[in-house]
Amino acid sequence: MNEMNASMPETPTTAGPTLDGRVPDGDIATKWENHKFSMKLVNPNNKRKFEVIVVGTGLAGASAAASLGELGYRVKAFTYHDSPRRAHSIAAQGGINGAKNYTNDGDSVHRLFYDTVKGGDYRSREANVHRLAEVSVNIIDQATAQGVPFARDYGGLLDNRSFGGAQVSRTFYARGQTGQQLLVGAYSALMRQVGAGSVELHTRSEMLKVVVKDGRACGIIVRDLLSGEVTSHSAHAVVLATGGYGNVYFLSTNAMMCNVTAAWRAHREGAFFANPCFTQIHPTCIPVSDDFQSKLTLMSESLRNDGRIWVPEGFDDNRSAAEIPEAERDYYLERKYPAFGNLVPRDVASRNAKTVCDESRGVGPLKNGVYLDFAAAIARDGAEAISAKYGNLFDMYQRITGENPYEQPMRIYPAIHYTMGGLWVDYNLMTTIPSLYAIGEANFSDHGANRLGASALMQGLADGYFVLPYTIGDNLADMLGQQAVPTDDPVFTNAVADVQNEQQRWLSINGTHSVDYYHRELGRIVWDYIGMARSKVGLEKALSEIPTLREEFQTNVRVLGSAKTLNQSLEKAGRVADFFELAELMARDALEREESAGGHFREEHQTDDGEAQRDDENFSHVAAWEWNGVGTAQTRHREELTFENVALSQRSYK
Amino acid sequence: MAQTTDQRYRVTPVRPQSRQYPFPLNLYQSAVGRKWVMAITGIGLIGFVLVHMVGNLHVYEGPAGMHKYAESLRTLGNGLIPKGAVLWLLRVGLLGMFVLHLHSAITLSRMSGNASENAGRISGAKKYEGGRDHVAATFASRTMRWTGPIIALFLFYHLADLTWGWWLGDAFVPGDPYHNVSTSLGNLPVAVLYVVANVALAWHIFHGAWSMFQSLGVNNPRYNQLRRGLATFLAGLILVGNLSFPILTQAGLINEDKRYCPIGEIEGNACLAEQALDH
Amino acid sequence: MSSGHSETINVTLKVWRQEGPNENGGFEVHQQTISTDASFLEMLDQLNEQLNEVGTEPLAFESDCREGICGTCGVMINGRAHGPQTATATCQLHMREFHDGDEIVVEPFRAAGFPVIRDLAVDRSPLDRIIESGGYISVNTGAASDANLTPVPKAAADMAFDAAACIGCGACVAACPNSAAQLFTSAKIGHLGLLPQGQAERWSRTENMVETMEEFFGSCTNHGECSAACPKEISLDFIAFMNRDYVKAKIKNRALAGQH
Repeated sequence: MNEMNASMPETPTTAGPTLDGRVPDGDIATKWENHKFSMKLVNPNNKRKFEVIVVGTGLAGASAAASLGELGYRVKAFTYHDSPRRAHSIAAQGGINGAKNYTNDGDSVHRLFYDTVKGGDYRSREANVHRLAEVSVNIIDQATAQGVPFARDYGGLLDNRSFGGAQVSRTFYARGQTGQQLLVGAYSALMRQVGAGSVELHTRSEMLKVVVKDGRACGIIVRDLLSGEVTSHSAHAVVLATGGYGNVYFLSTNAMMCNVTAAWRAHREGAFFANPCFTQIHPTCIPVSDDFQSKLTLMSESLRNDGRIWVPEGFDDNRSAAEIPEAERDYYLERKYPAFGNLVPRDVASRNAKTVCDESRGVGPLKNGVYLDFAAAIARDGAEAISAKYGNLFDMYQRITGENPYEQPMRIYPAIHYTMGGLWVDYNLMTTIPSLYAIGEANFSDHGANRLGASALMQGLADGYFVLPYTIGDNLADMLGQQAVPTDDPVFTNAVADVQNEQQRWLSINGTHSVDYYHRELGRIVWDYIGMARSKVGLEKALSEIPTLREEFQTNVRVLGSAKTLNQSLEKAGRVADFFELAELMARDALEREESAGGHFREEHQTDDGEAQRDDENFSHVAAWEWNGVGTAQTRHREELTFENVALSQRSYK
Repeated sequence: MAQTTDQRYRVTPVRPQSRQYPFPLNLYQSAVGRKWVMAITGIGLIGFVLVHMVGNLHVYEGPAGMHKYAESLRTLGNGLIPKGAVLWLLRVGLLGMFVLHLHSAITLSRMSGNASENAGRISGAKKYEGGRDHVAATFASRTMRWTGPIIALFLFYHLADLTWGWWLGDAFVPGDPYHNVSTSLGNLPVAVLYVVANVALAWHIFHGAWSMFQSLGVNNPRYNQLRRGLATFLAGLILVGNLSFPILTQAGLINEDKRYCPIGEIEGNACLAEQALDH
Repeated sequence: MSSGHSETINVTLKVWRQEGPNENGGFEVHQQTISTDASFLEMLDQLNEQLNEVGTEPLAFESDCREGICGTCGVMINGRAHGPQTATATCQLHMREFHDGDEIVVEPFRAAGFPVIRDLAVDRSPLDRIIESGGYISVNTGAASDANLTPVPKAAADMAFDAAACIGCGACVAACPNSAAQLFTSAKIGHLGLLPQGQAERWSRTENMVETMEEFFGSCTNHGECSAACPKEISLDFIAFMNRDYVKAKIKNRALAGQH
């Protein structure tokens, strides 16, 4: 680790003190139960004396705001969308895990816990994961009671499927739109509280600053995206539920507006940012088709159950798929991993696709994909059977690419779609700034270095419905009798001025390129060097290229219009600026983490077979970065991870 | 001092909720309830149109058959209540349904107009400056607001023509519908007017008879596909029946020459006996 | 090559520009050269790049997931909500649906209940007001019983899902000649009203949601344009379901007549 620092003398990283996750003592199975009992409570009549701000209204934010409102807290919820129902949680397709064991196949809380820790490649906090598995069952109950139309069997009971390589069927699903249905459930619970007056909903409002007074979060600064008005909002606690940062890659499966701004601005106020280099790649997305591509679309992973992945054996082969004879096709996954074949885990499938494309064996007009071929499956089962299974996906593919997957193989390529890193939080989901919480994808806590399929929805809702509403009281109870900091306090008025100045600065640059131009360029660097496979050389390259590009962005971007109206370029400018700073931290984090774990693959650290090689001795910890001001290196803190209940092991899929 | 931007009520209601009237008036206060009333009155009116059409087929039996039919209407419920009372009740009911149907149509269409007006600051009532491409709406559904008034105006003409005898003048013989019909429809422009109006009526029913199922919430996948068929059948039946009168009159089938009784004589039942002998 | 269908076409764009809610707007004409592989919104992205280059403020239009599920996008394209392709939201529409030389007229979704914010962006918050007035099942967090306690007949669950597929984009209102929001409202009423969990509040929900809807939107005349424009192809059957439930809600003795 220190050798790295030697090579980057201009920004040395100092190792900070060890962080304490404040995990309660005791047996893993009873920790949460005991903790709930030992936490301080706020009397029901006193709850209305507390104001809580929730930023973001996706699964985590909406469920938290609704639950806090139900409890009696005075809640203000903020979203930059026009409605809470738009959050990107909506796009999750596959399902949500719940350790219900309805299928009687031996599932249990402990097994879900075990699978999640192992799937996360042993880089998550055991206690958090166990709690997640415990409340997973309550989530299914809650969602069902809200009217979420989960799939049912003919007896009218809930149906399950196995997902993401799990050996039990514990995934609840609502066709291919589980995220949408769960979000609509949380949204309706939230709207019920809005109607009841316990939650004040602020739509089209973007949080641009966390306000901290005397070391404690006391409010936020918000810009109304329609009028440009910058306002202050104070509260006893601030909850960030603002999602992940996959859009740092520009092209990802994230929605267009997903950004890191809220989390990053909290980071700049003192909240540590943990494991930014842990990002997840999804192997089956539709490849980029042209220079104006704005985002990538995910195709369900289930396609790999019947599709065969191949590329031409020769380099720069320009023939169409049909013209390439069977003997000249390389079914590389089947060849390299005879046991798992096309069903190897996401990261393995992704890296292999990158390898063959880098070798100039990619397919499609831009040579940037691999074939996912259903010809064999159609010949075996008939087109009708394949259509029954994947009809919707095939239609979607055809709509986007104009190609008929029944007649020619699909083209797929990996893309970024989830970020495991995020704001560091303790067991109570509080960041390193007291009274500032982070939940859902915005925090780092539960997935370690790799997230299992159908676990994102679970974690967002666990945090929002069943964890934060308990743990927040422990902190608030101490503040009884204290008024929220008034919004005319200088900490607020100064923060408002900062935000307004920032807006004016963007508008005054009047350079030559658009915000999107720089975002795209940044994304290219991040994808090339901090993407599927990372190397010391590449990361150092990223660390030298990002600041240069950022400098150009800061002086040469062109943002037209005014700050007083809807101005989408202006909104994006601030978000991209934050992505620049984050990208640099990602590179640094990736460089420091001298091992391969989950989504973080360092080329220097692989087994002889090309598999990820962890270094449990030196890196069984969370890296949490502390902001030290613009242009100053961030301090790398560590939270040691101990594994008392799950034995460490190395993955192999041969 | 920053203020809370309460954005929850940014959009001002087009039709703010007013105090609820007592049942059943509150039903009529809401648009969904009003559509329900429209559907119910629509059923009544279609029923009337059907019966009216079927009854008028008696014209093909000649003046006596026609007279018998007219007389039977007047003597509905005879023996129980005074002559003509049921007919008057029906007329009042019909008028009531007609007024409700019309009122709900006018108010609902105004409500929809308000909900579309000034949308995005474009001049005029047009919703889309760049034009619309209708996909599902039928010609009939989009012209309900035109066929409706055409029918209403025609209805007035029709009553004035054959019930009150305003236009026929001296040629109008009260109590001799055969004569009045054949005289009126024998006039080509009048026949054309009847054709046009009845086409409008059929168009109106073609959409209305389907639409009423929706408005009433009569919906079941088992028979949903029959709803369109039924509406088409009803509209077609009424169209064919009603168009036959002006067309066949013009063709000479309904003709004064064909009558057995002298004009006016039928009133005193003088001819009925004669006719009975003929057959 | 296998994707040989890709070509470059020239289209004439007539896009609606409007500075703000209280300004008068008008059409602006732009020529675009674009690959047929691009999505419709990517074409607008390209237009914005060009506008930015020449110093004209970019066109404001909304989109987010670009996967047809979040419901943020939506414009009228040649007189059709979400454009010519059925069951497709604007973001999933691709330029291969158009031909070289086409004129494409782009307007915002219009209704008095959807005031234009700027250019193609409109305020659809009245849809949230409808949900807020009753589009939920009142169950506090933690109050739920075991998920398998109440079986739901598969047919009803599937039908409820069909309704729940609504993405709240507002295309139904935009496409409706009457600016009615019946399809949106009835989808939620249908979704919750078909499930056993939704029975306790069925009648009050229907009453409240319908009456809130009527504050902002027009009256349904059963044209069917909404369903045809709906990216999720939600059926008109739900409108019938809602109409019936509304009248029942008004007539029923809710205390004694039970829930069904």
